[in-house]
Amino acid sequence: MTDATDPLYQEVQGPTPRQMLKLRALGHKGLIFGLIVVGLLVVIAILAPILAPHDPYEQSLMNRMVPPVFLGGTWEHPLGTDHLGRDYLSRLIYGARVSLLIGAVAALISGVIGTAMGVAAGYFGGKVDAVVTFLINVRLAMPVVLVALAVVAILGGSLTVVVCVLGLLLWDRFAVVMRASTLQVSRRDYVAAAQVIGASTPRILLTEIMPNIFNNLIVVITLEMAHAILLEAALSFLGLGVQPPTPSWGLMVSEGKNMMLFEPWLVLIPGAVLFLLVLAINLMGDGLRDVTAPEGRS
Amino acid sequence: MLPFILKRLGLALLVAFTVSFISFSLLFLSGDPAAALAGETASGEDIEAIRRVYGFDRPMLVQYGEWLFSAIRGDFGESYYFKLPVASLIAERLQVTMLLGVCGITFALLTAVPLGVAAAIRPNSLIDRVALFLSVAGQAMPSFWFGLILIVVFAIQLGLLPPSGAATWRHFIMPTIVLGYYAMPAIMRLTRAGMLDVLNSDFIRTARAKGAGEGRVLFKHALRNAIIPVVSLAAVQMGFMLGGSIVVESVFALHGAGFLAWESIARNDLPTVQALILVFSMFYIVFTFLADVLNAWLDPRMRSS
Amino acid sequence: MTDTLLSVKNLTLNIPTGSGTLHAVRGIDFDLKRGETLSIVGESGSGKSLTSLAVMGLLGKSIKRQADEMRFDNVDLQTANRRVMRDLRGNRIAMIFQEPMTSLNPAYTIGDQLTETLLLHRKVSKSVARARAIELLEKVGITAAESRLSQYPHQLSGGLRQRVMIALALMCEPDLLIADEPTTALDVTIQAQILRLLVDLTREMNMAMILITHDLGVVARVADKVAVMYAGELVETGPAAEVFATPSHPYTRGLLRCIPQPGKTERGAPLGTIPGIVPSLIGEVSGCVFRTRCPHARPECRADIPLRGDASHEFKCIHPDGALSEEGEAA
Repeated sequence: MTDATDPLYQEVQGPTPRQMLKLRALGHKGLIFGLIVVGLLVVIAILAPILAPHDPYEQSLMNRMVPPVFLGGTWEHPLGTDHLGRDYLSRLIYGARVSLLIGAVAALISGVIGTAMGVAAGYFGGKVDAVVTFLINVRLAMPVVLVALAVVAILGGSLTVVVCVLGLLLWDRFAVVMRASTLQVSRRDYVAAAQVIGASTPRILLTEIMPNIFNNLIVVITLEMAHAILLEAALSFLGLGVQPPTPSWGLMVSEGKNMMLFEPWLVLIPGAVLFLLVLAINLMGDGLRDVTAPEGRS
Repeated sequence: MLPFILKRLGLALLVAFTVSFISFSLLFLSGDPAAALAGETASGEDIEAIRRVYGFDRPMLVQYGEWLFSAIRGDFGESYYFKLPVASLIAERLQVTMLLGVCGITFALLTAVPLGVAAAIRPNSLIDRVALFLSVAGQAMPSFWFGLILIVVFAIQLGLLPPSGAATWRHFIMPTIVLGYYAMPAIMRLTRAGMLDVLNSDFIRTARAKGAGEGRVLFKHALRNAIIPVVSLAAVQMGFMLGGSIVVESVFALHGAGFLAWESIARNDLPTVQALILVFSMFYIVFTFLADVLNAWLDPRMRSS
Repeated sequence: MTDTLLSVKNLTLNIPTGSGTLHAVRGIDFDLKRGETLSIVGESGSGKSLTSLAVMGLLGKSIKRQADEMRFDNVDLQTANRRVMRDLRGNRIAMIFQEPMTSLNPAYTIGDQLTETLLLHRKVSKSVARARAIELLEKVGITAAESRLSQYPHQLSGGLRQRVMIALALMCEPDLLIADEPTTALDVTIQAQILRLLVDLTREMNMAMILITHDLGVVARVADKVAVMYAGELVETGPAAEVFATPSHPYTRGLLRCIPQPGKTERGAPLGTIPGIVPSLIGEVSGCVFRTRCPHARPECRADIPLRGDASHEFKCIHPDGALSEEGEAA
C-alpha cells in the first residue's frame, strides 16, 4: 500500500544537530563579526613585534604629536605620535597585547574561582549553596572600581597586580551562572542515573555536569573578558592601573586627555579601538549564547 | 510579607558586616599604612612614631572592632589629607553623587523602558534593531571615553555645555547621559525580554478575548507584569552606578564622593577610602534590599505569602 | 430560535515558515445555530484551536486567513474592523482556554479581571459590575464568592480558576462560547464537573458553544453536532448521534476505538491506536491526508476527495463503508 512516490509519505530529512549548529553560527552576523575582529586583534597582538613600525617606547621630542595621515601627517607615523613623540600605531598594537592578556588571564582566574563556587553550590545545595550565595551577595556589594583602585594603589600598579585584582573581583557572574546551570543539569535523569549506579561525585561533576554547562561557561568567559578589559582601561585611565610607559589603551586615552582641546584624535583613536574590541567580544559572547541555546533566545 | 522582610533585612546586615570587615582588612593587610602615611623620605623612627600615634601597632582585630564601633556611630575618624572628620567630608560630597545617581537612573529608565517595550511589540522591526544597536554599543562603551567624546563635541566643538564642574543643572547633562547610558542596556534588554515573554502568555490572550484594546493589553496587562523584574534591576543598577560614579566624576571633575575616593586613593588617605568603600557598599545593600521589598510588594504572589 | 448564528465557509489558514508555507487549516466549513453545541474533535496539531482563534480574530500576525464566508449573526468577520471585533470579543463571543493556571493575569485580583470585561462593554458602574461578578461566581459554583473577588489567581486551585474563567466568559451573556479544551488541564474528577457546568449553562442561557477537544468521550455527552478534524481538514461532520452510530471516516472510527466502552470493550483487551505519523503540512497538500495512516489507502486516495454523504452527515472518504474491512483497521 505504501507508495514511495507519494509526496505525503516523504519523510522530511532534517539536518543533524551539529549541522544545525553550524548553520546557525554561519547565519549569525554578530557572531561572525565578533570572531573576525577578535581573531584579527589576537593575531595583531601576537605578531606585534613584526607588525609595529616603531618601538612603542622610543621617544622623540622632535616629533611630538605628529597628526595621523588622514589629518595631514605622513606615512612615517600612520596614526601620528603622542606627547612624547612615540609612534601611536605601534603603541596601539602593543596595547592590544596588554588588553587581551589582562582580559584573558583575569577571566581565567575568576572563571576558576567562580565555576568552582557555582558548581559546588548548584550540585551540593543546602549549606554550601547558602554560603556561596552569601559570598556572591558580599562580592556584589563591594564597589569593584573603588576596591580595585584602592588595592592597586597600595600594592603598586603593574600588569600582574591588575590582573590578579581583577581576577579576584570578577568571579560573581561565573558563580551565578554556573550555579543556575548546575542546578538545572543536576535535576536531569542522567545525573540521577549516574548516582544510582554509584559513580563518584568528582566523576559525576566531570563527566555529567561539566560537559552540559560548558556552553554557558564559554559565554560567561567571553563576557567577563570584555568586562575585565573595560575595567583595566578604566583603572589605567584613572592612573591606578597599568603604569606608564606600558602601552595600555586606557592609559593612552588618559595621556591624550590633556591635549584633547587641540588634538582630539589622541583620545578618539585608542578609545575607538578599545570600544571595537569590547564590542567584538560581546557580540561573540552573545552570538555563542544564541547559537548554542536557540530555545533561550529572546 | 513581614517575615520575608525581616529575613531579608537580617541578610543585608550580615552582608554589610562582612563587607566592612573585608574592606577594612583588604586595605590593612595589603601594605604598611604607617609607611605609606609617612611618605617616601621618612626615616624608620618616623614611621615607628606614626605607627604608635595612629595605633597601627595593635592587633588588626582590635583596630577593626574599634573602627566598626565608631563607624556605627557615624564616626569614621579624621581624613589624613583634609584633617577633617571623614563623615562630614563624605556627607558633603555625597550630595553631588546622589544627584548624579538619581539623574542617571531616571535617564536610563526613561530611555530603556519605552525602547524595550517598543522593541518587544515589533520584534525585528527598525525600532527593535535600533534598540539592539544602542544596547550592544552601550555595553562596549568605555564610559570615560564616552564622556571625553561628549566633552569634545558638545563643550569644545559646539560650545553648548560646560565641560566640567557642578555649578548648574547644565553641568549635569553630560554626566547624566554617560552614567545613564551605562545602566541603559541591561534595563532595555530585560524590559524587551520580559515584554516578549508576557505578550506570549495565556493571560494576554485572555485580555484580548475580553475585547480589550491594544493599548490596554500592552500597558495594563503586559507592562504591569513585565515591569516587576525591571524595578529591581533598576535598584541594583543604581547601586552599581553610585560605585561606578568614580569614573564619571573624574572625567567631568564633579566633586562628589567618587571624585573624593579617587583623590583619597591617590593620597593614601586610608580612613577616607575605608569609609567610602563601606558607604558605597551600604548604598548597594540598601538599594537591593529596597528592590526586593518593592518586588515582593508589586508581585501579588509574594505579597500574600 | 433556529437562525444561523455563526457560519464559516472554506476557511483556510496558512503560516509562512522558513521552509515553505504551512497549510495549517484547509477549506473548513461549519455553521452553528443559536443554543447549539458544536464539538470540534481532533488530535493536537489538527488545527482546531487555530480555527477557533480565527473566529475570534485572535490569530497571530504571521497567520494568513482566507475564507469564502465568515459571518457571526449579521457581522462579516472578514471585513470587520478592529473596533467591531473588539466589541464582539468578550461581549457576544467569549472564549475559555485550556490552561486555567496561566490564563488569568497574576497581577490583578479576580474581581478586577471579572469586572473589566463588563466595564469594557457596558456602561455600568463598578458596583453593578461587582454584583454581576458575584452572581456569576455563585452560578459557576464558587462558594464565598464575594471574598474571592479580592483574591489573586495564584490563591486558587486549577479547578477554581477554570470556574473563574467560565464566569469571566459569561459576564456579558455572550451568544457564543468557544471552549478550547476547557477540561484537559484539570483532574479527572474536576473535568466532569466543569463539563456538566458548561452544558447546564449553555442550556440555561440558550448560548451556542463550540467545544474543542481531543476527547471523544466528552463529545458524546454534550454535543449536538460533531466536526472531526485531521491534519487541518474536516474529515467528517454531522449530528453527534449519527456520527457515533455510523462513523464513516476511517479516522473517526480509529478515534472511537481509542475509547474504552463499558460492556463492549473486553477486559484486558488492548485499546485501539492509530499507527503512523501525521504528514507534514508544509508545501502542497493534495488528496486524502489520512492515507499515510489509513489501512484502506489506495492509489485513488491521492486525488482530491470531495465531501460525500447527505446534507447533515458528511465525510471525506471514497470507501466509507465500514464493511469494507473492519478487521484491517483493528491493527
